[in-house]
Amino acid sequence: MPLVHIENMVKRYPMGGQDFIAINHINLDFEKGEFAGVVGPSGSGKTTLLNLIGTLDTPSEGSITVLGKQVERLSEKEAAELRCRRLGFIFQTYNLLPVYTVYENVEFPLLLLGIPDGERKKKVLDALEWVGLTDKMKSRPDQLSGGQAQRVSIARAVVKQPELVLADEPTANLDSENSRHILSTMSRLNSDLKTTFIFSTHDDKVVDYLRRRITLVDGTVSKDEVVSPGKKESGSESQET
Amino acid sequence: MFLFKIAYRNLVGAGLRTWLNVGVLSLIYVLIIWHQGLFIGMLKQASRDAIRDEIAGGQYWQKNYDPDDPLSLDDSHAAVPPSLMEIIRRGDAVPVLIRNASIFPGGRIQNILLKGIEPGQNILGIPTALLVTGDKTLPVLAGERMARNNSLRPGGSLTIRWRDVHGTFDAEEGRIAGIIKTNVASIDSGQLWVPLPDLQKMMLLPGEATMVVLKDGLTGPGEVSGWVFRDQNFLLRDIHELVRSKRSSSILLYLLLLFLALLAIFDTQVLAIFRRRREIGTLMAMGMTRLKVILIFTVEGMMNALLALAVGAVYGFPLLFITARTGIPLPQDYDRFGFDIGNRILPAYSAGLVLGTVLLVTLTVTIVSYLPARDISRLKPTDALRGKVS
Repeated sequence: MPLVHIENMVKRYPMGGQDFIAINHINLDFEKGEFAGVVGPSGSGKTTLLNLIGTLDTPSEGSITVLGKQVERLSEKEAAELRCRRLGFIFQTYNLLPVYTVYENVEFPLLLLGIPDGERKKKVLDALEWVGLTDKMKSRPDQLSGGQAQRVSIARAVVKQPELVLADEPTANLDSENSRHILSTMSRLNSDLKTTFIFSTHDDKVVDYLRRRITLVDGTVSKDEVVSPGKKESGSESQET
Repeated sequence: MFLFKIAYRNLVGAGLRTWLNVGVLSLIYVLIIWHQGLFIGMLKQASRDAIRDEIAGGQYWQKNYDPDDPLSLDDSHAAVPPSLMEIIRRGDAVPVLIRNASIFPGGRIQNILLKGIEPGQNILGIPTALLVTGDKTLPVLAGERMARNNSLRPGGSLTIRWRDVHGTFDAEEGRIAGIIKTNVASIDSGQLWVPLPDLQKMMLLPGEATMVVLKDGLTGPGEVSGWVFRDQNFLLRDIHELVRSKRSSSILLYLLLLFLALLAIFDTQVLAIFRRRREIGTLMAMGMTRLKVILIFTVEGMMNALLALAVGAVYGFPLLFITARTGIPLPQDYDRFGFDIGNRILPAYSAGLVLGTVLLVTLTVTIVSYLPARDISRLKPTDALRGKVS
């Protein structure tokens, strides 16, 4: 059973009296431990696809099963529960809670899970160590650089060790060096924690790190290929659709 | 508990915005309690003074007596019945005779009430002992307002003219034996106090009185033929009515203040939700239900009120304590406001007043915080994450 199973999924939005089709009859599977990227130009449906996988939205047609749960059949509460326990999110704009310190931001998902104090503290410190920000735990988000803020965002996403992390354009606001740092961090967490990562991106630097690349054009999968990290073209198994 | 923790962190983290709200709300708490305490204090003070100087434990009125009709005074007199005489002899009541008379301050005639009272009485807080002079001249007591308005001074004399029970005019020179310092205008303005035996003699009404005032706390002999008993509640009704009407206007004022403060809270909450919609989206993405997000915002609002309570207590408690102890001075012409109170008002703050105000403000702030937070339920997580209001 794949971690994510998408079958003939369509997502439409009403726009100016007509329906805009953001996702058009997509079929995709993601297996456990994947480090996959959804690439494509702006408006191709990358973020919509991630939102649907993340149970933040529901499909207009077709079906999507995430971690064994059929998203379109989930109640708001059940979807929230799934996100709370088994999914992690990384956003382009980091979305850190501004009034909290780095430590408190990372601690937040554990508070939602009701994890006891001692265990919570250990998990937060571990997560901060994974992303190399132990020395910044008392800083507030406005005192961090873009790269540091995104690393906090990663720590927050992986602190509860979810089965699936969804990253929407995680390096779009970062320079090359920070982007590489972020990607190597995520790649390491993917290997060490066996966490599945799915990205949406149009950043070439990210593409270099991917082990699977899905290209979306106008809401349809135009290419789904397995690639070797660092070798974008050579040695890839390509499946044109 | 978790929601309270998050709401508290958000509140503290919001810094100046929180403290501005808290400052305004704490001021509202203190102002409402102070203002209401002022009126409760006024009522208590006016009632206490009236009981001490005028009403005591209640009064038996001669059946024709109507204090609002001066013409009724000609017929408002009768011999004190034996059942009341018994109480008077025990020293538990004092008879008072009230008649119309005139004085001539500055050469102008002025109609007054002439009240006769036993000089040795201790039922009312009037210094009637000053009426015992051993002098042949009629001793007279005047209240402060009466003395001020008619230039009467202790030791000074004045001409008093009256008509006796048969309608015959007579006049006598009286001497001011003392000035009554009282907050009760109804035993002061437009009247003079003289010894009861002298007044009975002047009016040819031996052994008669208009009213009999009972000692405070004493129960009367019940129904007395030809006399009507007026209890404290009846005699204080004007004060209660006056305070009630003034309190209504004060309630309007504080409702207005409360409304302005709540408007500020509402505005802040609406702004906060607008400004924090991406944060709301993030919370939803992390697994919070809409209901929990609404609760966070509502609890934040309620905590504003609780924090304001704590801040208000820090400066409000000493402030209210001091004003309750030392009182609030009134302007010199305070008695022209139509209120029989001292030159200082001592506010009274009851536990009911404080608890009621705290509950009212906290509940209203919570409701006002909930209303804009309810809009979150219409917010899609995907729109919230994009900073869009759906």
